[in-house]
Amino acid sequence: MSAPRESAVRIGLVYPELLGTYGDRGNAVVLVQRLRRRGIDAELVEVTAGSVIPESVDVFLFGGGEDNPQEAASAGMRASRANIDRARAGGAVVFAVCAGFQLIGTSYETGDGEHIDGLGIVDAVTAAVPGAPRLIGEVVVEPDPPLPLLTGFENHSGRTRLGSAARPLGRVRTGGGNGDGVDGALGERVVGTYLHGPVLPRNPALADFLLEWVVGPLPALASPLEEQLRERRLDRALAGPVGRWRERLHLARG
Amino acid sequence: MTDTAREVDAKTARLPWRARAAIAAGWATSWASRAARRGAGTHVAGRVMLRLDPELLERLGAGRRVALVSATNGKTTTTRFLRVALETTGATIASNHTGANMPAGLAIAVGRAPDAPVAILEVDERWLRKVVDPLDAELLVLGNLSRDQLDRFGEVRSVAEQWRTVCENRPGLHVVANASDPHVAWAALPANTTWIDLGPGWRADAATCPECGELLVWDENNRFSCTCGFGTPETNIRLDGSTLVIGDEKVPLTLSVPGQWNVLNAALAVVAAGHFGVAPSVAAEAASHVTTVAGRYAVHRLPDGRDARILLAKNPAGWSEVLTYLGGRDTGVVIAVNAHLADGRDPSWLWDVPFELLRGMPVAASGERALDVAVRLDYGDVASTVEPDPLRAASRVGGADVHIVASYTQFMALSRKLAQR
Repeated sequence: MSAPRESAVRIGLVYPELLGTYGDRGNAVVLVQRLRRRGIDAELVEVTAGSVIPESVDVFLFGGGEDNPQEAASAGMRASRANIDRARAGGAVVFAVCAGFQLIGTSYETGDGEHIDGLGIVDAVTAAVPGAPRLIGEVVVEPDPPLPLLTGFENHSGRTRLGSAARPLGRVRTGGGNGDGVDGALGERVVGTYLHGPVLPRNPALADFLLEWVVGPLPALASPLEEQLRERRLDRALAGPVGRWRERLHLARG
Repeated sequence: MTDTAREVDAKTARLPWRARAAIAAGWATSWASRAARRGAGTHVAGRVMLRLDPELLERLGAGRRVALVSATNGKTTTTRFLRVALETTGATIASNHTGANMPAGLAIAVGRAPDAPVAILEVDERWLRKVVDPLDAELLVLGNLSRDQLDRFGEVRSVAEQWRTVCENRPGLHVVANASDPHVAWAALPANTTWIDLGPGWRADAATCPECGELLVWDENNRFSCTCGFGTPETNIRLDGSTLVIGDEKVPLTLSVPGQWNVLNAALAVVAAGHFGVAPSVAAEAASHVTTVAGRYAVHRLPDGRDARILLAKNPAGWSEVLTYLGGRDTGVVIAVNAHLADGRDPSWLWDVPFELLRGMPVAASGERALDVAVRLDYGDVASTVEPDPLRAASRVGGADVHIVASYTQFMALSRKLAQR
């Protein structure tokens, strides 16, 4: 684990113009704020599209994006591969969501049959399966302890197959995830997932899990609003159609 | 027959019988769809109407000049501005002023004024390609394109492609278009287009070139360009703050409705009015008297005597404009958000808009997704009260007056509730 740090923890929001379609900035804001609220200096570093991703980043955030921007982002990520590798060798964390998750895998095949090389940080292959429905809706993922149930919203057409060298973030309780009963990938200082929401404000435990890889054990931080939100989203997603109707009637009656 | 159906029947009495039957059936479908709580029902109603009378739109467009207004944001208000501008000529104008902008809404609008020589119709951006030809439109007014309900409609670029196909297929079509929006500029390029440089707007959904997919480059004058040659179209019509500059002519746009976004809408409408021979100063004067548009900007008195103004925000671009307008004002703010189909089921956009502008102001998180709003505000260091009911929230929040900013279904519910009072 790390010694007391001299410099601010740098949260790198990579290509927000391209990989920021689903409130992905929120994940960066949550990581920065959860450090600052514990008295730890933190800094949000925006890596703008078209520039090389710097090595001096503690957490790389790769977010979601549409097809065209995703291709543009992948080119920039590949061009920055050496910096990312060096940073990771020095202990940097990678957190990747949806398109970002696809791009840290080995490869991604678009709906038009175009082949995009990924960074290969995770042993995973993604393809848009012709005729398969787009996966849209609430998701609940059950990871192994210490992580609790995770709530999120997914919106993607890609289906991801993990290779033998990778393990998933968790089992899918409701929703699609990778498309084969599990979601995302969990590796050495790497988390990939299909969960938007954004996922970190909905699941502060996951945010702290990532941060502890960088700064070591963190003191508890009261998060009453997040806990209420998380419980509500989990209740609703796990209630099934009958529960959702009941909740709707309840809301209608006020 | 329900009251609505009777009303609709009376309003469409001058149309051919088949059109009337189609409209009545469509309306019944819409009613059933609403009763089953499957949404506002106008989309499915439009499809039923067109199935029963495939010539319906041709009948509606026949014998009149038709202008269509479309955009992700501002189409209802732009349509209103254009309508009042044309009414200065003394002509009766058919127009859908409630924001119902799919074939069902168009049918009602034209049916209500069957003898009108001109129709100014707001059209849903995803319906535009299906209605331009049958209505034989002679003018399109294209405002902006941004991300809206991604869970339902998909990518911005696919809408731009549809618009571009319309323009390619009708090269003689007159288009009045926002030159500052890359997707709109790309879509309107093949048409006979009058461009307006409307200046800085929401850029977050136009990072890449619609033509070739490369990154767009923006200069300090808010002009974009790409290595492939695509860039902001040249024009001598531009908006400078709240002054519309047309060559040497300067037209001040002084409005009664709030916000810079409405100045942009007015600029589009004033230039579009020129197509029908209405002078810019006359059109601007007409626009200045518009106060409420389909419940938007309506002001209601709270029980404690304070005024609450209702604003609709449907997507990140719209929210961003509203928050920029509200930031730093001496007002309480209620953020009322739902996540039904018509709002977008995924409220992740909350994190893409600058709620930080509300720091230090009295704020309430409201709507069915009040908790999502409250968490977002908290991480932006904006303290808030959580109260799901927006009117109760308005009474509880501080401030000299209150602005209630509502997502689509919250806005509709609020408008209905206040209309019943």
